[in-house]
Amino acid sequence: MEDFDLLPSFERLLEDASPLELVRAIEAGGSAAALWAKLEESGFLDLLVPEAAGGAGITLADAAPLIEALGAWLVPTPVAQTMAARALLAEAGFEAPPGPILLATAAAGRTGPLPFAELADHALVELAGQAVLIRISADMRHPAGLHASRTAALVFPEAPEILAKLALPPGALRALGAVLRAAEIAGIAGKALDITIAYANERMQFGKPIGKQQAVQQQLAVMAEQAVLARMAGRLGCAAGLPPGQDAAAAAKQVASAAVPVIAGIAHAVHGAIGISEEYKLQLYTRRLHEWRLADGTEGYWAGLLGTSRLASPAATSIDFVRSISPV
Amino acid sequence: MFDTLKLSSIPPADEALRPLVREFAAQACKFRPAEQRVRSWIGYDADFSRALGQAGLLGLSLPKEYGGGGYGPFARFVVVEELLAVGAPVAAHWIADRQSAPLLLNYGTEAQRQFFLPKIAKGELFFCIGMSEPGSGSDLASVRSRAERTATGWRLNGQKIWTTTALDADYMIALVRSSGTMADRQAGLSQFLVPLRAPGVTVRPIIDLTGTAEFAEIFFDNVELGEDALVGTEGGGWHQVTAELAFERSGPERIYSAVVLIDEWVAHLRAHGRLQGAAATLAGQFSAQLMVLRSLSMAVTARLAAGESPVIEASLSKDLGTSFEQSVPALIADDLGSHPDEAVDADFYRTLQFVSRIAPSYSLRGGTREILRGIIARGLGLR
Repeated sequence: MEDFDLLPSFERLLEDASPLELVRAIEAGGSAAALWAKLEESGFLDLLVPEAAGGAGITLADAAPLIEALGAWLVPTPVAQTMAARALLAEAGFEAPPGPILLATAAAGRTGPLPFAELADHALVELAGQAVLIRISADMRHPAGLHASRTAALVFPEAPEILAKLALPPGALRALGAVLRAAEIAGIAGKALDITIAYANERMQFGKPIGKQQAVQQQLAVMAEQAVLARMAGRLGCAAGLPPGQDAAAAAKQVASAAVPVIAGIAHAVHGAIGISEEYKLQLYTRRLHEWRLADGTEGYWAGLLGTSRLASPAATSIDFVRSISPV
Repeated sequence: MFDTLKLSSIPPADEALRPLVREFAAQACKFRPAEQRVRSWIGYDADFSRALGQAGLLGLSLPKEYGGGGYGPFARFVVVEELLAVGAPVAAHWIADRQSAPLLLNYGTEAQRQFFLPKIAKGELFFCIGMSEPGSGSDLASVRSRAERTATGWRLNGQKIWTTTALDADYMIALVRSSGTMADRQAGLSQFLVPLRAPGVTVRPIIDLTGTAEFAEIFFDNVELGEDALVGTEGGGWHQVTAELAFERSGPERIYSAVVLIDEWVAHLRAHGRLQGAAATLAGQFSAQLMVLRSLSMAVTARLAAGESPVIEASLSKDLGTSFEQSVPALIADDLGSHPDEAVDADFYRTLQFVSRIAPSYSLRGGTREILRGIIARGLGLR
C-alpha cells in the first residue's frame, strides 16, 4: 500500500480545526459547531462516499491513516463514524443528513455508553436487528455524567421515526464501529508514545534524563511495540471492507483494545505525578484510550465472538484459520 | 513511529508455492505425534530436509545461478509458514537456509558462493552458527575465541556453546576475534567457516530440560583453516552478524513455535464439547493475536524484500512474537487445569508440558528480550 497523499492536508486541517484547547473546551461542555463547520467545508466528511454519489470514493483501507489521524488529534466529535455512515447511506441511495452521525447497536432499544453521543444529531443504529437512520432527540440522550466527557447512552422509543433503512448483516455496524475505534486507538497511542518519549528525554533525575535508565527504556520499548501492534490491527480492520467482515473486525479490535491498558499504564508510569494532573496533556490521550477500549466492545467481547468462530471453523490449523479471515 | 511497517500481502508467485509445501509437510507429519511436531524448528530430520531441497523448496531466495529459486523473501515466508503450521521437522536445514545462505550470498567470495550455495539449496550441507561462548551471551562483542594468521590461512582456538544443531551440522559460521583484544569490542571480530569434522574440533552434546540434546558445546583446539575460511572482510564480523540478525529475528517462526499446541488444545476442546465461554474467548484471543502478529511479520518481510536491513523492526516483531508464544502454554495450562475432571490425552499433555518447559528459550535464542528492547529503545531516540 502506498503512502496516502491526502494525509498531510488532512493533518493540517486537524491541526487548525482541533487544537488541544478546543478539545478541552468541547469535552467540558462547549460547542463543536465551529469545528464541525470546518470539517464539513473541507469535504473530507465525504471521503468514503462513492464518486458517483459526489464523494471522494476512497476505500476504508486507503483511509486508515486518516482515521488514525482523527485519533491522534483527539478530534472531539464522531468524524470517522460520520464518514462511514455517509458512505453506507450513499451506497443505499440515501442522502446523509447534516451534522455528526453515530454508529450504534441497540439490541433492546438502548445502547451502552457512546462517546460524544451528546454531540450527535443522528444515529445509524442496529435496532432489533435492522440498520436504520434515526434523528436523535434530547430525550433519547442519557449522559454518563463523567468529568470531561460527552459520553451518553441512547434510549430509543418503541417506534422511532425511521429516516432510512439499510440492508446490512446483523452485527455489521458494531464491527464497523470497532474497526474505526481500533484505527483511532492506534493514532492516539502513537501520539501518547511521542509525548512520553519526549518527556523521558527531558525529565532529569539522578543527574540524567530518565530515558537513559534501562528500566524506563525497557518499558518504552514495550509501549512502542503495543502501539505498532495496535496500528497493524487497525490497518487490518480497515482493509476488511466497509462494513468489514466480523472475524477480521474482531481481531482488529481485540488486539487494539488489549493494547490500551499497557500503553496507558506505561505512559503514566514514565510521566510520574505530572501525568495525572489536569493541566498536563497526557490525560487527554489516556482518558480517550480507556473510553475507546470499551466502546464497540472490548478485547474480551471480540475474543469471545472470534473464538466461537474459530472453534466452529473447518480450517485444519490455527494458521489456516487466521489466513482465511485475514484481509491480506 | 516505525512508519515503514505497512500492511503487506504475499506476492502471488510466492503464494503459489503453498500447495506443494503443504503436501510435503503433511507427508512428513503423518506419523509424528504432536509432542514431536511441537518441537517445530528444533525437530531434526535430515532426510526430510534433503527431500525439500530436491523439490526446490530450500534456498528459495538465492539466485538461480547458485541453485536457488530466484524468489524474494516472501517465498521463504510461505514455505516456513506451511512447514511450521503442522510442525514439520525443519531443524537440519534451518540455519543454512535462513541465515548462512543469505550471509554467504551477501559477503562470501565468488568461490564460496559457488561451492556452498547450491549444496545448501539441495539440502546437502547443513550449518550452525557459533556466537555464544561461556563468557559471552548477550554481550556478544566479548567473545574470546580467536583466529590467528598462519602461513596458509588461520588457526582457530576457543569454545562456542549453546549452539543449536551443532551435533549434526557440517559447518559452523563462527564469530571470533581475529585481531586486537577484548577491549576493542566490536572491532577486530570476523566470521569463519569451520568444518565441524576438521581435526581439533570437538562437539559435545548438552542435554536440555526436556531430555533432548538439541544444542551442544564446541571446542576448537588449534584448528587449521584455509585462507578461504574467512567470510566477508576481516574485522567486519560485527557488521555482518548484525545484518544476519535481521533475517534471524523477523520470520514467522517467531510467532509459530507453539501453534501445534494451540491446535491440539482446540482438538481437546472439541472432543469435550467446550466450544463456548472462557475457552472460546481464549481461542479468539490466540486467533486475533496470531492474525495481527502474522501481518507484522509480513510487514517486516516486505522491508527485507525492499533490500533493507530492518534490524529494529525485526527486534520489535520478535519480542512481540515470542511474548505471544510464551503466553500460549501458560494460558492453555490454566484452561486445562480449570477442568480437573476432564480426561486429557497423554500426547496432548506431553505436548503442553514440553512447551511449558522449553518456552523460556523462545525469548533467549537470537537475542534476549532485554537486548531487543534495548535496540528498540535506541530506535525510539532515547538519548
